[in-house]
Amino acid sequence: MLEIVSAWAIPFFVVSIVGVGWARGVKVFEVFAEGAQEGFWLAVKLIPYIVGLFVAIGIFRESGALDLLTGVLKPLLITLGIPGEVVPLGIVRPLSGMASLAMTVELFHRLGPDSLIGRIASTIHGSTDTTLYIVSVYFASVGIKRFRYAVLVGLIGDLTGFLASVTIARSFFGG
Amino acid sequence: MNFIFAFFILTGILMAAVNGEIGSVTGWLAEAANNGVEQALGFIGVMAFWLGLARVAQEAGIISILTRFLEPVIRLLFPTIPRGHQAMGAILMNISANIMGLGSAATPFGLKAMEEMQKLNPKKETASEAMCTFLAINTASVTMIPGTVIAFRAAAGSENPSEIVGPVILATLCASTAALFADFIFRRRGRKKGI
Repeated sequence: MLEIVSAWAIPFFVVSIVGVGWARGVKVFEVFAEGAQEGFWLAVKLIPYIVGLFVAIGIFRESGALDLLTGVLKPLLITLGIPGEVVPLGIVRPLSGMASLAMTVELFHRLGPDSLIGRIASTIHGSTDTTLYIVSVYFASVGIKRFRYAVLVGLIGDLTGFLASVTIARSFFGG
Repeated sequence: MNFIFAFFILTGILMAAVNGEIGSVTGWLAEAANNGVEQALGFIGVMAFWLGLARVAQEAGIISILTRFLEPVIRLLFPTIPRGHQAMGAILMNISANIMGLGSAATPFGLKAMEEMQKLNPKKETASEAMCTFLAINTASVTMIPGTVIAFRAAAGSENPSEIVGPVILATLCASTAALFADFIFRRRGRKKGI
């Protein structure tokens, strides 16, 4: 059911907007191109910020600094009853969308998507987003330099999401 | 953000030196930078398409109808945005796209919303309250259909790929509530300090 909904959501969206626009006499193609132009320049403007972020996170990960951080936090989180396998995922989730997706897929591969860990990892991945990426790209797009408390708020949300995912997935699927 | 950037790069290179992998740093740099450009270039098409479509929706009056219905709810979260302002429409589209799990559509609307909120922002280099609240919602990703995870579960041979939808909705509600609550606390503290 849900797969059908997600498969139809975007086509439905597109068809209804273009359909209604056309029926109401909007010059759909010209208006579309105007908006698209704006989107194009916005995307171009973002390139330097995305490159900077990717390089910083790439070095942090490849050098082993990320593993070190994970290693330090792991014993603490295991005492709190969090399975060790999902700790790296929880730490990487706010930093890098691609890395956390890769970790989730690796857990699926190793333990199976229907194992308890696989289900917990799915919940963690689905319930939060790449905070650091969103905050820096969104602010960069309009030239904001002082982020105030936005990063902290995002990380509080991520931590809550992580703990909630572990607890909820556990009670949901037993074990 | 300046701190995070400097911290990641400095500790990363220090670690590489300690591990005797300093020779690989150049390679990592080039690879990460290329990945960044690839991701950004991949954005161009999606971004152009969705903002083009958003413009059609706006001209057709679809956004203003939607906004009229949902504005009362969103107004509670964004008291500083005037009634009927363009920012409302963009925020609305972004939240709807997030809820439906349409990540690729959510980002362009989100960036559009930032642009509109920036017009209302008196200090152009400092994040406004509305922006912070908006990011709190986006980083917690209020979603009902976690499409990516379902797809990857299916690809990995799960017997029931969408069984995690219930837990995901509950967990994302917890995360969003916590983020919005934290945002509320920080906002009040900021006002007291007169920032």
